[in-house]
Amino acid sequence: MDDEAVAIRVRDLRFRYPGAARDALAGVNLDVHRGEFLGITGPSGAGKSTLCLCLKGLIPAGEFSGSVSVAGQTVAPGSAYVDGSALVFQNPETQIIGLTVAEDLAFGPENLRREPAWIRGAIPTHLDLVRLGGYQDTDTYRLSGGQKQRLAIADALILEPAILILDEPTSELDPIGKDEVFDVLERLRHERQITVIMVEHAAEQLAEMADRIIVMQDGMVVDQGPPDQLYLNPVLFHRPDAERAPQISEVLFQLVQAGLLPAEEFTAREQQGIERLRAFLAERQRSPLVLWERGRG
Amino acid sequence: MRATASDHARPQPALSQGERVLDARASIEVSELVFRYTPSGSDVLRGISLRIEAGEFVALIGQNGAGKTTLAKHFNGLLKPTSGSIRVMGRDTRTVPVADMARTVGYVYQNPDHQIFAQRVRAEAAFGPRNLGLSPAEVERRVDAALELVGLQEHADDFAFSLGRGQRQKLAVASVLAMEPRVLVIDEPTTGLDQAGARGILELLSRWNAEGRTIIAITHDMALVAERIPRTIVVSDGLILADGATRVVLSDAPLLRQAFLRPPQVTRVAQQLSEFGIRPDTLTVTELLAQIREQEAIA
Repeated sequence: MDDEAVAIRVRDLRFRYPGAARDALAGVNLDVHRGEFLGITGPSGAGKSTLCLCLKGLIPAGEFSGSVSVAGQTVAPGSAYVDGSALVFQNPETQIIGLTVAEDLAFGPENLRREPAWIRGAIPTHLDLVRLGGYQDTDTYRLSGGQKQRLAIADALILEPAILILDEPTSELDPIGKDEVFDVLERLRHERQITVIMVEHAAEQLAEMADRIIVMQDGMVVDQGPPDQLYLNPVLFHRPDAERAPQISEVLFQLVQAGLLPAEEFTAREQQGIERLRAFLAERQRSPLVLWERGRG
Repeated sequence: MRATASDHARPQPALSQGERVLDARASIEVSELVFRYTPSGSDVLRGISLRIEAGEFVALIGQNGAGKTTLAKHFNGLLKPTSGSIRVMGRDTRTVPVADMARTVGYVYQNPDHQIFAQRVRAEAAFGPRNLGLSPAEVERRVDAALELVGLQEHADDFAFSLGRGQRQKLAVASVLAMEPRVLVIDEPTTGLDQAGARGILELLSRWNAEGRTIIAITHDMALVAERIPRTIVVSDGLILADGATRVVLSDAPLLRQAFLRPPQVTRVAQQLSEFGIRPDTLTVTELLAQIREQEAIA
């Protein structure tokens, strides 16, 4: 991949928290294309949040080695925060500081010395983006958990970053709220060519949106691929203790395993999955023999 | 669902003078509950009536801001009705001190960090039972049992905040379990947990429910409700939009849409396959696969 197309390049990144028995990041290699939507999944303690911090240049105290380049800026202990990337934390409480919603949104661009007129205009636009239109004057402490999370995303978006990093931003949202966040991200990506990196356990939404998903375990990237390939992995998914996979992928995976469906027809996306199942059931009702032959083959 | 014999054998909480047990079997009776936070504010709960029997496992679902947590905080008297009433094990929450109510109804908060304050894991789990005035030996027994149940026994002497998010969630649950409440209210038990962590917490709740305890879980995880929780109550805009068997409620897509919710993905998929004889109230991956295999057998 040529350097122009690379938004993020990580080489042999290792990190260990002070006094920890093992590396939180144990040799991560990763290239993210400009405009790519990258999903990150994996169990608690896999190093996902630590990686997010490093990509923003917020390297915690500890032992750091390897190289990280984000939007052309080299990240190392003591280096400046990465201007071109914005990070939305897991817990919005750690991020919201304004007494009112408008104050909170204005804080970032004010620090970047944007014109007050620009900020005044950008506030309602960004609140609409996250379904908080009309909330300008609401006290932030009155917002529900989901509303706070959407405000935290608006706080990041108003900085107009080239790279948006989100660490489990939808974990406290209702299903429709989750969809809305994903819709916002999808729209942003097309309108602003923004690169999105998202740590997320909502496998069903992630599979619809992500170009690529990486799976982290014990500080390493253990597998990666487009959702339609990744969720075929029988070691990482589809077992009782495994990470959650989209339900449609679980159904199709079992049919592939049983030899009833060719692996090429596997998908992790809902609409495609429904189409495959409809074709599968229609064929079966038409001609049991074809199916039987295929099962044997 | 049923209450087990051992549940009835357990001593009932003491009743204060003049109180009357209407029906000892009902864990929670809510009647025409209206609530607003300030006298001039708007109603957050706008007239809620429901009844939860002892030993039930109930899901409270609804959009962010629908009033689920506000309703749940009435169950242990953390909030008192503006009008209407709540009875817990027959006792009106307005007449029972919150500290007293905590013996009966345990409440696990959405964010474990709002709850955890002790330095060490063991001390955190011991705080509740110690406050109940139990003997040190009994406190120790309950703490050991609770930590064992959530799988944190080997971390008993660790610093509470050195635990990962999933483990802190388990500690928050253990701290409440150690008080051995008859009713457990748990707000978003699996938020921020990976699949293994979520499964662990749910298995724990199912086990507790099997012992006859009443469990009320607030959650956005429709797949989890579908797999584990027999009764579902939908809260929407301060009212109860639906209350019934999970299979009926979670397969009613138009109703759920009104509450800004939707059926689990596998149910949505099944509903697109009804012309092939797939039941529209299919709730789990296992159920859908079984129907597909049944067709294979017929073919």
